Amino acid sequence: MSAEYVLEMKNITKRYGENTVLSDVSLSVRPGEIHALLGENGAGKSTLKNVLFGMPVIHSTGGFEGHVLLNGEEAHISSPHEAMVKGIGMVHQEFMLLPGFTVTENIKLNREITHPNVFSRIFGKNLETLDMDAMSGDARSALDSVGMSIDEYTRVEGMPVGYMQFVEIAREIDKSGIKLLVFDEPTAVLTESEATQLISVMKQIAASGIAIIFITHRLDEVMAAADSITILRDGRLAATRAARETSIVELAEVMIGRKGEAVVEAGPREAPHERVALEVRDLYVNMPGEEVRGVSFDVYEGEIMGVGGLAGQGKLGIPNGVMSLYSAQGEIKLFGQPLKLGNAGAALSSGIAMVSEDRKGVGLLLDQSIEDNIVFNAMQIKGEYLHKIGPFTLKDSAAIRAVANRMIQELDIRCFGPTQHAGTLSGGNQQKVCIARALVMGPKFLFVSEPTRGIDIGAKKLVLETLVKLNREQGMTIVMVSSELQELRSICDRIAIVSEGKLVDTLSPEASDADFGLAMSGIKPGAQEQKGGGAK
Amino acid sequence: MRKNDVRAIVRNNAVTIMFVVLCIICMAYSGQSVAYVMYELFGRLSRNAFIVLALIIPIVAGMGINFAITIGAMAAQIAALWVIEWGVSGIGGFLLAMLITMPIAAFFGLLIGKLMNKMKGQEMIGGLILGYFANGLYQLLFLFIFGNLIPLNTPGLVIKGSTGVANTIDLSTARGFKYALDGIWRVPFGEALYICCGVIAVVLVVLMLMKKLARVKSLIAIGALAAACLLYQIPAVAELFAMVNIPMVTFMVVGVLCLFNLGLMKTRIGQQFRAVGQNRTVANASGINVDRVRVIAIMISTVLAGWGQLIFVQNMGSFQTYGAHEQVGLYAGAAILVGGASIRRATNSQAMLGCILFHLLFIVAPAAGKNLFGDAAIGEYFRVFISYGVIALALVMHAWSGVQKKKPQNALREAAAKN
Repeated sequence: MSAEYVLEMKNITKRYGENTVLSDVSLSVRPGEIHALLGENGAGKSTLKNVLFGMPVIHSTGGFEGHVLLNGEEAHISSPHEAMVKGIGMVHQEFMLLPGFTVTENIKLNREITHPNVFSRIFGKNLETLDMDAMSGDARSALDSVGMSIDEYTRVEGMPVGYMQFVEIAREIDKSGIKLLVFDEPTAVLTESEATQLISVMKQIAASGIAIIFITHRLDEVMAAADSITILRDGRLAATRAARETSIVELAEVMIGRKGEAVVEAGPREAPHERVALEVRDLYVNMPGEEVRGVSFDVYEGEIMGVGGLAGQGKLGIPNGVMSLYSAQGEIKLFGQPLKLGNAGAALSSGIAMVSEDRKGVGLLLDQSIEDNIVFNAMQIKGEYLHKIGPFTLKDSAAIRAVANRMIQELDIRCFGPTQHAGTLSGGNQQKVCIARALVMGPKFLFVSEPTRGIDIGAKKLVLETLVKLNREQGMTIVMVSSELQELRSICDRIAIVSEGKLVDTLSPEASDADFGLAMSGIKPGAQEQKGGGAK
Repeated sequence: MRKNDVRAIVRNNAVTIMFVVLCIICMAYSGQSVAYVMYELFGRLSRNAFIVLALIIPIVAGMGINFAITIGAMAAQIAALWVIEWGVSGIGGFLLAMLITMPIAAFFGLLIGKLMNKMKGQEMIGGLILGYFANGLYQLLFLFIFGNLIPLNTPGLVIKGSTGVANTIDLSTARGFKYALDGIWRVPFGEALYICCGVIAVVLVVLMLMKKLARVKSLIAIGALAAACLLYQIPAVAELFAMVNIPMVTFMVVGVLCLFNLGLMKTRIGQQFRAVGQNRTVANASGINVDRVRVIAIMISTVLAGWGQLIFVQNMGSFQTYGAHEQVGLYAGAAILVGGASIRRATNSQAMLGCILFHLLFIVAPAAGKNLFGDAAIGEYFRVFISYGVIALALVMHAWSGVQKKKPQNALREAAAKN
């Protein structure tokens, strides 16, 4: 007698120290069902997945509260291997395939079929000879069941990515006793037709009785594939719906939601749109994990423009590409002057400054004093704050101290003094040092990337207020890239939403939650009627 | 397209091609007879090939060139010392030394492997430094502990009028095992060629009859063997090998190691070596105990290197107690790279080819140096310079091919951009 649910996760709560990342989340999956798991970044999807697979990161941080039931029985999964043994398979977002192995070898990796020989009888099972014929037979039938005609002796190296995805699936299916398959963003790397094929394969697998959890952010695919849907928001269960009872618009709304009150209100105003400050055409940026694939937009002088979107969709690639921190192609014009890509120094001296999202890696010299950090770029790029004595240059300590003190006062950097090491400051104050450094460059244009990541709410407020003040009082043009939609909506004049490396739409901060939700999953509002209708 | 292919072949085998050219030039200027070079070459091959083959498994397992084989050689020398002390001579002594080497080298390999697991990605430099460090312990052992705390009674094994093991350990005395392996069965080159071709032909026929090998392939191979034997009938060709005497058993041992390397890759553990070598994350995700597999690879390599060192010393007839092991890792590493292996891929044939080319240069370079510059030391300098240069070049080319591989992606993006 089998239970009604193949997997039940009941009241899962997970804390990392003080930080609660999952609270009281429940999820139930029936055999043969495709269950979509939806949510923004940081909503708790990956944590829930990690709990299910018993990842070390969960157990080394104090485990979790709640129960995991497999086929109605309490299960304690303490390692990914145990999850595998218990019949839970995973199709990874990044391919877990060995390029130098054939399809067969990949499918049967560490589950090789072997037969004993002279040496293995003496020295143990590890020396048993591989039975390639039996292995490729198994691989063939697994490939057939996902509708792949590719030869099982082909090497994975050089295969189209779409094929690799199917090889991954074939490997999971080949595992005996598989009851539940987790697909983590499987369509992210696929073309449209491959994605369609994938969904039909998923349905086929589900029809054979294997349950599927489908983690994605593409709402139209959810509507096309899923039977039921669980939506997480801020670590909480936002809703559970049956696919036939809901609509794509409702899903988008529930996924975004209103997250509390705005921290800062910039106050409404007529957004400036007379002169173009930055013109970006066909920008391609090769930033690993944040690729930009052809983005064009204009930024008007005097506005604060927001760039939003989910993590890994390319929003961070835009400032990093324009500043030439990663290799990029495209045409950039700053105040009408063309800007050559490939030279970070040129970008800085042309009057753009950037506050990096990677405070510790790119932004700050942690072992240096606050004042040295603040003037570093101005000194290196513009040659300011220096005495020139013949061929030698010396730091102008007095000027540096003066500007550092002024910045500390203006931005309210909490510190013992300008000589304190940047590494000993709190996150929020480090961020302010980064902003100060961008400001002493005297920029006409400022990129701010994830300015509030990892800092507390008070510091967030200060950082955002500083940005608004710079914009309103000094007329500085600002592009702010952030994962926090609420922040963008509170201070920006316009918000561009990026999905899969492309700019989906530019929305007003007053646009509805549903519009933002749809844009983040790559659907341009207005086009949703046909698409949503088509999915049903 | 054709042009690109040629260019790709040259680029992928730059080190090997450079070495072939160098060998030919040096040979022309050395003034040595081919017969003498062949005599030297086969001698060197028989004593060095084994240790080069010991490098293959760690490369396959993604750990690069195992420079820590130096430590395997130390284990072999410890074993050799005690076998002489006990006075077990001949083949018995050699086998006993192999037996003693095994646990010592395996234990050292275990420690090396554990350490290398703590510095993944830095195994080569780690192994190199570890070799230097172990040399200190080795000296402590041989200068202070052996012959002092643990007395040695064999005459000539201890430094006269002092303590510690003598500078040179002689294996050619009645207590030693000089030529223990080489001397079992030595035949002239021609005879060895016939025997070798005959055996291979028989194996091929058997495999063909068992339908494990395509008929055409095996017939071509047998034809090639017959052609080699016929070629040897030409007196001028036979003349070239007139001085060569083949130590059959030593080469058989080398052959067995080649088969071992091949066979191992067809087993479950071999598959694990290859998987770990390609991508540790993927291997780990499929449930392979990556650290354990890496330790096993280093253990096998260290033990094999120890045995290789024993083959080396039994052929030389004596060894420098405090120096024989020092350059083992470097020369073996250079040899395998010369054969066209990289720090990611290596095969038996690359190891053998590398061994041949590297030692060919070793033989002819001093004489060529003497004839060209009037000083043999320049040739000597040249070959040391070359072996370091080859390793540096291989590392640079490895980094370079990594960059080359990235390029197609950009090209794809450009194509996408155009669309």
